[in-house]
Amino acid sequence: MRYMLSFFQPDSEYQRRTDPKTKDAYLAAWMAYTEAVFATGMVVAGDGLMPPDAGASIRIRDGKRQVQDGPYPDTKEHLAGYFILDVPNQEIALEWAAKAPATLCGTTQVRAVMDRPPQMRKD
Amino acid sequence: MTGAARVTAGAAGDGGRPAIELAARDSYGRLLAYLAYRWRDIAAAEDALAEAFAAALVTWPRDGVPASPDAWLMTAARRNLLQAARHAKVAADPAVTILLGEEESASEEPPMIPDDRLKLLFVCAHPAIDAGIHTALMLSTVLGLEAKQIAAAFLVKPATLAQRLVRAKAKIRDAALRFEEPEAHDLPERVSAVLEAIYAAYGLGWDAAADSQGADLAGEALYLAQLVVKLLPADPPPKEAAGKPMEVLTDATREPAHALACNPAHAPATQPSNQTARAEAAGLLALLLFCEARRPARETGGAFVPLHEQDTTLWDLDLMGAANAALWQAAALKRPGRFQLEAAIQSAHCQRAFTGTVPWQGIATLYAQLAALAPTIGALVGQAVAVGEAQGPAAGLTLLAAMDDAAITDYQPWWVARGYLLAKQGERAEAYGCYQRAIGLTEQPATRDYLLRRAQALLDD
Repeated sequence: MRYMLSFFQPDSEYQRRTDPKTKDAYLAAWMAYTEAVFATGMVVAGDGLMPPDAGASIRIRDGKRQVQDGPYPDTKEHLAGYFILDVPNQEIALEWAAKAPATLCGTTQVRAVMDRPPQMRKD
Repeated sequence: MTGAARVTAGAAGDGGRPAIELAARDSYGRLLAYLAYRWRDIAAAEDALAEAFAAALVTWPRDGVPASPDAWLMTAARRNLLQAARHAKVAADPAVTILLGEEESASEEPPMIPDDRLKLLFVCAHPAIDAGIHTALMLSTVLGLEAKQIAAAFLVKPATLAQRLVRAKAKIRDAALRFEEPEAHDLPERVSAVLEAIYAAYGLGWDAAADSQGADLAGEALYLAQLVVKLLPADPPPKEAAGKPMEVLTDATREPAHALACNPAHAPATQPSNQTARAEAAGLLALLLFCEARRPARETGGAFVPLHEQDTTLWDLDLMGAANAALWQAAALKRPGRFQLEAAIQSAHCQRAFTGTVPWQGIATLYAQLAALAPTIGALVGQAVAVGEAQGPAAGLTLLAAMDDAAITDYQPWWVARGYLLAKQGERAEAYGCYQRAIGLTEQPATRDYLLRRAQALLDD
């Protein structure tokens, strides 16, 4: 079964990522976690994301585009990265989610990846 | 499924339950065991008991608490069960007839409710039930904990756990699993399954910081361990050991580990087989009590303190005395086993409170016995560390290197142990890598911070 672990971080964590005083500790925690996850050989895909304010959001309402800098402000935690893991069951996915640095200060969502119907498979 | 027993007292998880709640826990398990044993349907008994507790919440404040609350609850629960049975048109069922008969006599004087909780524990850890659900089943039936209170500890969704509990209870009912105490020749194995499940509950309580909804699983496990020791049928103790347990109650410095290590001889075949079961039950109780005794020293100001750095003046000497007494009681039965050896190792660690040193060679010997008996990954890592301390890091590292690669990939203690022994040997860069790996495998913030500090120290000086 494939599960997507989505790591949601509060803004304070993005500050820790760049602050010279906290940067090393921040990265070390993620490095350690990433290394441990990769060592199990179950990683299908995974990446970290650049801070949300460098991104943009778009929606179309009443046929009109609404483009905005960064994420919509009503969310306190922002997606910081993800892993897609191939593991036997949801419990194991939850076990790995529990160890992620994001879980300590933000939220890690664990979702099963949908199997694509055959007509959607291009690979 | 119910937590109604808990309604009578405040929120769980506030560290140590109030007396009234402890009493409710005792009553709940007894009543449920009694009803489930006779009715042979745990889920139906739970529903009936939940309704009875709900009725009590309405009636008692209005009419006053009955003279025998348990008898009141049981009568009400039994009535509910019978009503449900009549509704399901199974009144011809012999179980119904038995309960009907008992109801007649119950109206005259409150019945003595026999303690059937051991039978309930045996059913929960029945070999026909998936071992993965044993612990949750015990917590749910014997203690009345709800799925949502314990799901986090098992790292599953509350709905998933609730579903598994329902399935397991249905299996017990449909397969008509025997509620009787096991045959003598099965007893050690059946008790061992019960003890394993209790030990797992303690481990979950130790690892997972309970949230405000969560139960204190360590406390619950300790209660269950005491219950098993209390309820397992007693045999007369071997004569030569009769005086020992009382003696050590006043002298926590003595080392039962030594007695165990010196007497690994196989007991004569004439000894009843429940000696083994009782020895291991007492061994588990001792193990849990030793861990509890050290609990206050485990953290200072939220920071994790490893065993060898703990301030021994914070260790609870009363609990340690009780642990030693339980271990003596176990050792006197002369049936060494896994839990007794683990308790003996804890006992040896506790020597530091009195002698200032850790008897590493003795601990290594105990671990070797444990590894021979139950070569779990935890025992092997423990052995490697003890050997590394007693004979030098190289010897410990050799043992670690000999372990199965697949098993250690995501086993955090292995990486901590290797990092520790490598650092001791002066191989800082390698040690740093191991600590990093361990950090990635750690969920507890306090433990993670501790490992980060250890790793940083390797770079600093």
